Amino acid sequence: MLAAVSLFVGVADVSAAVVSISRIPRTAALILAGVGMSVSGVIMQQMTQNKFVSPTTAGTLEAAKMGLLIFLIFTPTAGVSLKMLSAFLFTFLASMIFLAIVRKIKHRNIIFVPLVGLMFGGIVGSISTFFAVQLNIVQDTNAWMMGDFSGILQGRYELIYLTLPAIIITYLYANKFTVIGMGEEFSRNLGLNYNYIMNIGLFCVSLTVSSVVITAGAIPFLGLIVPNVVSLLFGDNLKKTLPIVALSGAIFLLICDIIGRVVIYPYEVPIGVTVSIFGSIIFLFLMLWKRL
Amino acid sequence: MIEVQEITKQYGEKVVLDKVGMQFNRGKITSLIGGNGAGKSTLLSIISRLLSQDGGVVLVDEKNITEYKSKMLAQRLSILKQSNHIRLKLTVRELVSFGRFPYSQEKLTKEDIKMVDRAIDFLNLKEIEHSYIDELSGGQKQRAYMAMVVAQDTEYILLDEPLNNLDMKHSVQTMKIMRKLADELGKTIIIVLHDINFASHYSDYIVALKNGKIIYHDTTENIIQEDVLKDVFDINIKICEFDSKRICNYF
Repeated sequence: MLAAVSLFVGVADVSAAVVSISRIPRTAALILAGVGMSVSGVIMQQMTQNKFVSPTTAGTLEAAKMGLLIFLIFTPTAGVSLKMLSAFLFTFLASMIFLAIVRKIKHRNIIFVPLVGLMFGGIVGSISTFFAVQLNIVQDTNAWMMGDFSGILQGRYELIYLTLPAIIITYLYANKFTVIGMGEEFSRNLGLNYNYIMNIGLFCVSLTVSSVVITAGAIPFLGLIVPNVVSLLFGDNLKKTLPIVALSGAIFLLICDIIGRVVIYPYEVPIGVTVSIFGSIIFLFLMLWKRL
Repeated sequence: MIEVQEITKQYGEKVVLDKVGMQFNRGKITSLIGGNGAGKSTLLSIISRLLSQDGGVVLVDEKNITEYKSKMLAQRLSILKQSNHIRLKLTVRELVSFGRFPYSQEKLTKEDIKMVDRAIDFLNLKEIEHSYIDELSGGQKQRAYMAMVVAQDTEYILLDEPLNNLDMKHSVQTMKIMRKLADELGKTIIIVLHDINFASHYSDYIVALKNGKIIYHDTTENIIQEDVLKDVFDINIKICEFDSKRICNYF
């Protein structure tokens, strides 16, 4: 239903061509990004055993940005697949470094870990900004990172389908990711190959985040709020909750998108802004509700 | 049978375990006792492959644990550590079901569901099976974790200080469950205990460690002797007989 509304909201003239070239790709991208970012959030939270870790609070988004920037500096003319590869490699590497840092921390305080993640993201971000300043492309890089689905057209969004395999793998491995969330010793006791599953998780998260960032830019908070609300209401048994997380992520993003397109019609507010506004409000409520 | 041979573990210069070797008897409860830093928990962690040793081998049913596939070992040997606090919001039933993970990973079979039901009944958790574990009291939580181990249905069950943070009632309850596991289901149980009276009352064999070495390994009645315990703990302990069980007074 929401998807149908999303197809037709804020369109001055509805014709078959517009629908197939711009509307359907946009809605599809929104749904995949919504599902992908919230599912990535869940995996990251399981891997770090920390409810406040997400692509936003672990430097993952900054790493994807850096990957894009490096790509632009060295091989600006190369194709989109190389761009994807560069973003993917950087997200993968950064997530690995972040996990290594988390494993070194003795007292894994629920607030401390995401703080480390934010600092880590800050460092990565500032390196990117340094290069961007040198090359006079600060505004361009900022524009990429602003989550925005208005530029999505047929032929320019297909990379986001790379989130599909990641999402499917996550669902097939749902129980294993739940066990990972019980900690390394528990995982070993249950005969789970801990490092192997951690690497699968890293792979899925990096693939999802980098393809979403390339197609639509950064969508903050989604991977943080959706999993937390679902966890509060339905628990953490991923076999049961992953479909709910995926659905809620898609719905949340579709609603934000529709609102963004309606408030200043016929123009639109970038989705990064709407998501941030609603996301931060919900996040605040979460903090107070959980009394952390 | 579990057998350890010449197990050595060092942290830097400090030798925590020094060529420890012994066999654990099948279908019995063996308690590991000794002062802080004697190496009890380290030995337990090494036997359960949570920690790797610097030397020596651990044999489970005459096969080196490093030769087992982790899934297969998880069907033979389980460990419950007190420091494991799961932060996930799972119901008791969901947690117990994860005890079947070594057997069926992603999808429970009928057989698995039967084992889960049995484990839940065994620990009297039927009434709270759909409660979330983070809402339970310490004693209930402990029973839920033990039910998970029961569902894992391993021949060998290792427990690291299971009585920590439990009051007297729940400590006794826990030890009675251990007894039931050994006597009714024939499980081999190895347990690290701090309270010598619990060890005296509920175990068949006692292993005493001191400075990284096994200094005594014998039946409970041969260990619960004034001179032996003085040697293990370096304090004077008076032993009285009460209802044919030996009680140690060390206060």
